[in-house]
Amino acid sequence: MKIVVAIKQVPARDSQLRVASSGKWIEDADLSYEINEPDAYALEAGLQLKEKHGGEVIALCAGPARAATTIREALAKGADRAIHIEEEDLGSYDPLAASRLLAAALKPESPDLVLTGLQSDDLGYGQTGVILAELLGLPHATIIMHVDAEGGAIKVKRELESGWFQNVEMPLPALLTIQSGISKLRYATLMGIKKAKTKEIKRLTAGELGVSAANARITLDRVYAPERTKQTQIFDGPAKEAAAQLVEKLKFEARVI
Amino acid sequence: MSILAILEQREGQWNKMSFETLAAAQQLAKELGTTASAAVVGRGIGALANELASKQLEKVYAVEHDLLKDYTPDAYAAALRQLVEAAKPTLVLFPHTYQVRDFLPKLATGLDRVAVSDVVGHRVENGKPVFVRQLFQGKVNVDIRFATDGPNFASLQAGAYRADLVAEGTAPVEAFAPQLDAGQIRTKPLELFRESARAVDLGAAEIIVSVGRGIKEAENIPIVQKLADALGAELAASRPICDAGWLPMERQVGSSGQTVAPKLYLAVGISGAIQHLVGMKGSRTVVAINKDPNAPIFEIADYAIVGDLFQVVPELTAAVVKAKG
Repeated sequence: MKIVVAIKQVPARDSQLRVASSGKWIEDADLSYEINEPDAYALEAGLQLKEKHGGEVIALCAGPARAATTIREALAKGADRAIHIEEEDLGSYDPLAASRLLAAALKPESPDLVLTGLQSDDLGYGQTGVILAELLGLPHATIIMHVDAEGGAIKVKRELESGWFQNVEMPLPALLTIQSGISKLRYATLMGIKKAKTKEIKRLTAGELGVSAANARITLDRVYAPERTKQTQIFDGPAKEAAAQLVEKLKFEARVI
Repeated sequence: MSILAILEQREGQWNKMSFETLAAAQQLAKELGTTASAAVVGRGIGALANELASKQLEKVYAVEHDLLKDYTPDAYAAALRQLVEAAKPTLVLFPHTYQVRDFLPKLATGLDRVAVSDVVGHRVENGKPVFVRQLFQGKVNVDIRFATDGPNFASLQAGAYRADLVAEGTAPVEAFAPQLDAGQIRTKPLELFRESARAVDLGAAEIIVSVGRGIKEAENIPIVQKLADALGAELAASRPICDAGWLPMERQVGSSGQTVAPKLYLAVGISGAIQHLVGMKGSRTVVAINKDPNAPIFEIADYAIVGDLFQVVPELTAAVVKAKG
């Protein structure tokens, strides 16, 4: 089974974010980056399928030069090779244009299965996978918890709201977006890290793929800190003092204890 | 300019977010000086369409076909594309449900558009809607505009609009029969099922202490359990805690778990990602304890302690025990 996993590099989850003075994005000079968490689970699902059915896992990533660290990690965990679409200004691509980048790089590979995380932790549109399926003419399913492959078809467990699930069958090739937390993520082994250095990373540019960010269908107008909808009373003194103040309020103001 | 709300049902039951979308469509129509219509999609949806006939709408479309009985992205995207091409709305609104997430990007891509997903609000500027959505798991907001002429698409986050503001009126129901062929449906949906026994009904709890990633390790769960015990509260968690198996799935609050509205909700070490907030923002009093002063949970908290939960929670437990004396 030939599996392509689309991964994205995003600011680390615990980053302290400040809006940039341009008001168009966040200050990104001092941020540290990591793999988008749902994409890490998509990679894990791909590696497990390969272990079971044989084949190849290719990591596909669009992003600036710094994304190379995330790609190396994917290779160290077991991806066989990688494709890096080097694009310094991925932020100027709307979800359709970004998906076109991925689709153009993916098409010549003719994979049996394309996996990606259900959404990104930065932009969070949750659309790239489904758009990619449409551009590639593949059947798809989203928010997948489990994948069983047999012959030329797969059966997947799809998450619905409020604790409901549904199994869905479809022929390969297909595209799935993977839910976070569906299995335990593996760590890269020392041997894996060593091996990763010799694995192939194919570098492509948007120009080579014939895709540009022009004619965006939607535009990010202004980025800003959310306004508080509630008047929040904050206790930021020493722990004991703050705890006493809170209990006082809960007892006599909110009257809930 | 016209607005079309696509509402969601399953087996003849409304998804309750549908009426939030209906209210949003009516509100936007008013602000933009135009009219709103609504559509319901499926098979055997006559009663639901008739229910919409008593709302203030230009028209109600009953989009019906045998192949729409069970949801598939192929059939839904094809049917709605035909509806959009026939009805020619400028703006099409959806509830941001798991089902909509599954087919809306496909529908929009087929029409060479990009949907604005997971909208939390809007305003009208120069006769055009500007939609607000969240970035970075709710830490930052962004205003988004459409750069294209209609049809444009947006999906609305649960709770962003108020279903109780739907305006009554009268509207004609029009049947819309899309052209669908079984051969174009590539996925085969099987039965729906639930896994956990739901022995715990968090919905009935008056006080909930909920724990998130900040707790760091399974071994630390007793710290919050002691607080829950002191308060006579149920212990709940955000998704990562249940995924890791530190607490059972049935104690998960959020879009994929339970929706709760207790008198008091204490969020401990929970940053407040959207998926968690939709499950608890109806709580009467919200307390947040988190070391990150920018955590989105603080935006909806009535009381907040910015600090290390490992110091704060034991002190809080002691203070509660003392207060209850």
